[in-house]
Amino acid sequence: MSNTTILRTRGLSKHFAGFAAVQNVDIEVAQGSIHALVGPNGAGKTTCFNLLSKFLDPSSGDIYFHDQNITRMQPADVARLGMVRSFQISATFPHMTLLENVRVGLQRSAGLAHQFWRPTRVLKRLDDEAMRFLDLVGLVAQPDQLAANLPYGHKRALELATTLAMNPQLLLLDEPTQGLGHEDVEQVTELIRRVAQGRTVLMVEHNMSVISRICDRVTVMQRGQVLAEGSYAEVAGNPEVIAAYMGESTEEMHA
Amino acid sequence: MPRRPRIPVYMVWGLLLLAIAAPWLGLYPVLGMRMMCFALFACAFNLLAGYTGLISFGHAALFGGAGYITGLALTSWGWSTPAGILLGVLVALAIGLVMGVLAVRRYGIYFSMVTLALAQIVYFYCLQADFTGGEDGLQGIPRGTLFGLPLQSDRVMYYVVLVVFVASWWFMRRIVRSPFGQVLQAVSENEPRTISLGYRANRYKLGVFLLSAGFAGLAGALKSVVMGFETLTDVHWSTSGLVILMTLVGGLGTDLGPILGAVIITVLEEKMGTISRFLEQLTGIHWFATLNDSASMVNGAIFVLCVLLFRRGIVGALRERWGGAQVPAD
Repeated sequence: MSNTTILRTRGLSKHFAGFAAVQNVDIEVAQGSIHALVGPNGAGKTTCFNLLSKFLDPSSGDIYFHDQNITRMQPADVARLGMVRSFQISATFPHMTLLENVRVGLQRSAGLAHQFWRPTRVLKRLDDEAMRFLDLVGLVAQPDQLAANLPYGHKRALELATTLAMNPQLLLLDEPTQGLGHEDVEQVTELIRRVAQGRTVLMVEHNMSVISRICDRVTVMQRGQVLAEGSYAEVAGNPEVIAAYMGESTEEMHA
Repeated sequence: MPRRPRIPVYMVWGLLLLAIAAPWLGLYPVLGMRMMCFALFACAFNLLAGYTGLISFGHAALFGGAGYITGLALTSWGWSTPAGILLGVLVALAIGLVMGVLAVRRYGIYFSMVTLALAQIVYFYCLQADFTGGEDGLQGIPRGTLFGLPLQSDRVMYYVVLVVFVASWWFMRRIVRSPFGQVLQAVSENEPRTISLGYRANRYKLGVFLLSAGFAGLAGALKSVVMGFETLTDVHWSTSGLVILMTLVGGLGTDLGPILGAVIITVLEEKMGTISRFLEQLTGIHWFATLNDSASMVNGAIFVLCVLLFRRGIVGALRERWGGAQVPAD
């Protein structure tokens, strides 16, 4: 793990009609790490996540990707820089095949996004690469299946394959194990560990056992502010953090 | 591949042969051309609505706007027919650019309202402007010639329109099945996800809006040349409603649906007298004869039946019957 910072925020704040959802947040994500953003419900994790991926504009503060200020950029342009997000509810293209789903992630950089006069078969040259990503997430068996027909856990995997097709330096994962059964949680966790090789991952996550196993660093948020930051062991032993989770469920922290 | 169900290819060839033979089988060529102009218009609308879900309520401005400009170029400026039609298409693209830039950032009903509002501006402009002839319309548009071919003959004109129509239909079908079409489908299925993959979704929506505007303009320009006049009806909001009706009755998001819908609605509007007299004679019920005066009521009844019986339109329902893989609703 190198010590360079890939993503950094300074005084990041977001107000909704007077309510401060995120207040003065400073986060540093180290390149090559798996970094978790946790906190009780309503702590501002998802708002913070949407600010980082530029799906929301901050009220004040700045966001830097490497050393570039990306605070005023469009979400699509941030993605082009190599910072690609996922969604809380699995985001696939349901009426497209698995292969087509992954190809959407490849088309733009291949210069095959605007051509309205050429047949779809020109996209076949992307098939081999798309199959590699399907193989990586274990979905290579039925590339012509429609995404809508996949079980939920596999949709998560497909979403990840599409994200990887963008060759992102930084993956922003919004609750990647949300709504998954026990076995699927295991598989998706393993998958994240695998695809994090050579990349950086910042994830919002509730499942503490997932975090304890794969995350290098944890930032705990409460009421829109950073409460604590450190390794899982440091954070889990922090009395303030334990207090914040009291009334939620203490077991959650120690699951 | 277990994919979207399809209309068999022989159907397409069958329809094409029928269209080629139609003038010799007793179809009045002007009615046939009118059908094709509206079918082209409905296909253009469908290119936008059927594959992106953006329901424009302002397509009449593109259709009628192009018709007026083409008419003006042919009557007052003495332009050649192809040049006049090309100008009509360019003007439709220009109107479409303004409409699209303002509308594609909006969703659902707000998108429809922005397009409607802008189309009403075009309507009132056409009502006031000198060259449109106001309530009287623009009369006496000459058909002229095409590459030396005299278009005065209805049959010659019919085949010219048929060629333009088939080529446009094929091209729109290609757009849907192109790399661009794939991105469009992605945008319509999950726009935030597509943005997160680095696509500026609004540009793709604007792109397809422009393509749709161009073909709607081509349809309007052709129609003014075919009919020899252009009136306010074509820029009126009810024409925007008519093209939605045609597309929904035939089948939104299908290749052949808009054509079928346009043919059915055009026949109903033009031939209501014949149909109602036929029904009266067939059944002996005098009430049917009174339907002649209420084509819009019959249109409405058909629309209601379509919405109730086959939500995906006639072609959508046929396609399901002929099978192929069922696409699960999500």
